[in-house]
Amino acid sequence: MATSASPQKSPVDRELAGRSVMTTDPHQLRAAAGFRRSGLVAVISKILLLGLFDAFSLSLIFAMAGLHLWVPLIATIVITLLINWIYLGKSKRLPGKYLTPGVVFLLVFQIFVVFFSGYIAFTNYGDGHNSTKADAIGAITVAAQKRVPDSPTYAVAILQKDGKFFFLVTDPAGKVSVGSSTDPLTAASNPQRDGTGQANGLAGYDTLTLDQVLAAQEAITAIAVPLTANPADGTLRTDDASSAYLYTSDLSYDRRADTFTNGSGVVYRDDGKGEFATADGTKKLSPGWKIDVGFENFAKAFTNPQLSGPLLRVAIWTFVFALASVALTFALGLFLALVLNHPTLRGKKIYRVLVVLPYAFPVYLSGLVWAGLLNPQFGFVNQVLFGGAQIPWLTAPLLAQFSVILVNVWLGYPYMFLVCTGALQSLPEELNEAARVDGASPWRALRSIKLPLLLVSIAPLLIASFAFNFNNFNVIYMLTRGWPRFSDTTFDIGSTDLLITMVYKVAFGSGGARDYGLASALSIVIFLLIATISVIAFRRTKALEDIN
Amino acid sequence: MKVTRTARIATATLLVAGLTSAALTGCSGATPGTTGSSTLTLWTDALRAPALKSVSAQFKKDTGVTIKLVIKDFATVDKDFISQVPTGKGPDIIVSPHDKLGAYVQNGVVAPIQLGDSASKYAKVAIQAVTYNGNVYGLPYSIENIAMVRNTALAPTAAKTFDDVIASGKAAVASGTAKYPFLLGLDPKQGDPYHLYPLQTSFGSSVFAQKSDGSYDGSKLTLGDPAGVKFATALKTWGAEGILNPNITADIAATSFAKGESPYFISGPWNIGAIKKAGVKYAIDPLPTAGPDAAKPFLGVNAFFLSAKSKNKVAATKFLVNYLGTDAVQEKLYEVGDRAPALTSAFNTIAATNSDVQAFGKVGLNGVPMPSIPQMASVWADWGSAELALIKGEGDPATVWNAAVVNVQAKIKG
Repeated sequence: MATSASPQKSPVDRELAGRSVMTTDPHQLRAAAGFRRSGLVAVISKILLLGLFDAFSLSLIFAMAGLHLWVPLIATIVITLLINWIYLGKSKRLPGKYLTPGVVFLLVFQIFVVFFSGYIAFTNYGDGHNSTKADAIGAITVAAQKRVPDSPTYAVAILQKDGKFFFLVTDPAGKVSVGSSTDPLTAASNPQRDGTGQANGLAGYDTLTLDQVLAAQEAITAIAVPLTANPADGTLRTDDASSAYLYTSDLSYDRRADTFTNGSGVVYRDDGKGEFATADGTKKLSPGWKIDVGFENFAKAFTNPQLSGPLLRVAIWTFVFALASVALTFALGLFLALVLNHPTLRGKKIYRVLVVLPYAFPVYLSGLVWAGLLNPQFGFVNQVLFGGAQIPWLTAPLLAQFSVILVNVWLGYPYMFLVCTGALQSLPEELNEAARVDGASPWRALRSIKLPLLLVSIAPLLIASFAFNFNNFNVIYMLTRGWPRFSDTTFDIGSTDLLITMVYKVAFGSGGARDYGLASALSIVIFLLIATISVIAFRRTKALEDIN
Repeated sequence: MKVTRTARIATATLLVAGLTSAALTGCSGATPGTTGSSTLTLWTDALRAPALKSVSAQFKKDTGVTIKLVIKDFATVDKDFISQVPTGKGPDIIVSPHDKLGAYVQNGVVAPIQLGDSASKYAKVAIQAVTYNGNVYGLPYSIENIAMVRNTALAPTAAKTFDDVIASGKAAVASGTAKYPFLLGLDPKQGDPYHLYPLQTSFGSSVFAQKSDGSYDGSKLTLGDPAGVKFATALKTWGAEGILNPNITADIAATSFAKGESPYFISGPWNIGAIKKAGVKYAIDPLPTAGPDAAKPFLGVNAFFLSAKSKNKVAATKFLVNYLGTDAVQEKLYEVGDRAPALTSAFNTIAATNSDVQAFGKVGLNGVPMPSIPQMASVWADWGSAELALIKGEGDPATVWNAAVVNVQAKIKG
C-alpha cells in the first residue's frame, strides 16, 4: 500500500482501480502504480488458486470419464468453465466473483442434499434393496454356491498358459490334475511336487508367485473348474489360491431370460418390485435391488393403517411440543431477563451465571441425567420431592409428554433468557422513563412499549426456535426414546415421538427393517410443514416491523 | 492491453492446472498400478485395533500386503457397512457382532468364506452363529454370554432352580443382610428379553424355531406357543412379588450388586470388573431354571466378515483364516476385550488361568446364538414391552403375550 488512499478503499474499489489504469490524472496514476505492486500478489494468488481449482476439476473429470458418469462430467465442465469465465473476466462480472463461492457451497451442502433425499423418497432404498440389480444377481449367485458336504479339501496352485489361468489340483490321495473354467479336470502327468507332496508346477505352464496371484485376485477367485464333464458334479473354487473346495449351486441364472431357476425347476423372475420372485409371488430371492417406485412411499405414509393413524397423532403432538416449548421457554426466559435486569438488583452477574447454567450442559447428558432423576422408584424427583411416591413420569403417556416439555423448558429457557436480556439492554432507558413520567404502570410499560420493541428483534428467533423444537431429536431420544409405545401399531412409535424421531425409527429400524425411501418421504412432508409455517410466520413478523 | 492481460492470466492458470493435475494423477496412479492388492482395509473399533497391529505387521512382512486399520464407532458400523459396500468405498474386512449378519446377507454386502478343516477348531456355537443359509460368513473370535453371578458371602451355595434363588434371596433379605432377593437389569421404559431369555427358555419357550444345523427359521415364530404363555404368566407373578422390578435399570442393578445389596445377579463378563473392584466375593454359576427345561442364554459372537465387493479376496481370506484364526491373535483379542476366545485352543489356554472365563464359557456351552435373521429386528420392541407390561402387572398374561406375538407377526410380514 504505497498511497494513503488505497487502505481505505474497499476491495471493490481497488479492483475497479486496477482495471482503469488508462488515466491522465497524475494523482490517480500514482495510486494505480501502487496498486499494481500489491496487485501482483493478488494476480499470482489468483492464478494459483484458480489453477488449483482447475486441476481439481480436471482430475474429477478424468475420474468421472473413467467411471462413465457422463451427466456429472458435463456438469463439472460447465461449472468449471463458468467459474473461470467469472474470475478471468472483466469488472462487469464482479458481483459474480463474490457470489460464486457462496452459491457453490449452497449447491453442494444444501441443494444437493435436499434433492438427493427427495430422490430417495421415490425409490425403495432400504434393507433388502440396497444396491444395483447387477450386485443383487452377484450376491444371489454367490450365496447359492454350497460346498458339497463332506467333500475333501483340495490343495491348489495357480498356473498360467497363454494368458489363461489353470488350477493345478492335488487331491487328498495325492492325485494331481489340471483344469480351468472351460476345461474340466484332467490328470496331469509328471507334475513337480514340493516337500509335502503337493504339486506346484507342470511342464508347459508357469506357476504364479504370490505377488502375481495377488495382482490377479479378482480373476482367480472367479475361476470355477468343473470337476468332471458333467456340470452336476460341481466345480472347484478357491478363495485363498492355496486350497480349493467343491461347490454345487442350487440356483442358476439365465442371462438371456433374466431369470433364476433352482434345482427343482422353480423359476424366479424380476417382478418389477426390485426383486426376483416366483410367478405367484410367494417365494422371493434375497437380496433385491433399488428401483424407482414413484409416489408409493408417500401413499404408504398416508394409507398404511399401521402408520397413518399414529402419523396424525405424532404430528399433532409435535405441534403441541414445539409450541409449548417455545411459549414456555420464552415466558420463563423473558420473566427472568426482566427480573435480573432490574437496575437496583445486586449480584446480577452471579444470578445470571446461575440461570444460564443448564445451557452449558450437553443435551445428551442432560437427557440421560433427567431420565435417571425421573426413575419412578429410585429417581431424585419421586424419592425426595414427592416423598417416595411412585409417579411414572416417563412411562404414562400424558405424564411422559408433560415431563418431556418440562425437561425441554429447563434446557431451553437460558437461550431465551440470553436473547431477551440482550434485547432489553439495547432498548433506550429514556423510553422507560418517559412511560413512567406519563404515569404508566410497570406492567403497562412492559406490555405496550417494551414487548412490541422486543418482539421486532426476537420474533425471528422465536420462529427459528419453533423450527428447532419441531425437530428436537436429542431431548426425546435421550429421555424417552419416543415411548411409551402406542398399542395399536406394529411400528415402534410412542406418545412422545416427534415426527423426526419417528422418521429416524423408520429409517434406521429400531425394531424393524430400515426403509430409507419411506423415511425420506416423511422428511419431505416435515420439510413442507415447517417451510409453510415459517413462511407464514415470517410474513407476520414483517407486519410487526411495519407497525413500529 | 486488457485482453492480453486476461489472456496471460488465463494461460498461467491453465499451466498451473495442468502441472497440478499431472502431479495428482501421477500420485494416485502409482497406487493401483503395480500389484492392485497392496492394501486391505479393515474396520475395527478403538478397543480391538491395538490387538491387530502386530499381526498386520506380520502379514505385511509375509505377503507385502498392507493392512489399513480404520477405527469406526461400533454402534453404527453395521449401518455404515451396509450403505458403503455397494458404492465400492467400503472396507475389505469388518469386525462385527454376529447378530448383524442377517442384515448383511439380506443386503448382499458380505461374502461367504470357507474355513475348510479349521472350522472344527472353533466352538461349535460360534460357527453356528456365523452360518447363514448354510454358508459360513465370518471368522469368529469371541463369545459372550450371561451367567448367574452370586455373592458368596450372602449365598454360600449355588442355587439350581430359580425357586431356590428366590427362596434363598428372600431369606437373605429377611435376615437383613441383603436389600434385594435377586437382581436383573431392566428398564422402566422397556423390558429386557436378552437377560430374561434363560428364564424363558427354561420353560421350553424360544423366539424362533431352530433348524437342524442350528440356524433359525424366520418363518417359524415360536414365541407364542403354550410354553411362551407359561413364561408370561411367571413374569407377572415375579413382578407382583417384587422379584423383578422394572425400575432397577442395568446401572442400578450393577451398582447394587457391587455394594453387596443382593446375593444374585444375572449378568455378563462386562460387569465383573466393577464387582471385583468393589471387593465383593463372587462365584459364577450356571443359570437357574424356572421350568422343566435347560436355561439357555443368548450367545453374542464377535467375528470378522469379508465384504462382498472386496477386490482383494485372496489376500483377505489368507489374512482371515491363516492369521486371525491363530491362538496368538485370539488370545490378544481376549486381553483387550475380556471375552472368551472362539478358538477352542485359545479358550483352553485362557480358561486354565482365568476361572471367570472358564465359568462363563461353561454356561455358554448351553447357550444358543442370538438369532441373526433379519426377522429378529421386528421382535425386540414388542417382546420387550410385553415383558415390561407383565412385570408391571398390567393385563392378563395370555392376552398381553399373544397381542405382542400378533404384532410381531404383522411386522415380519411387512
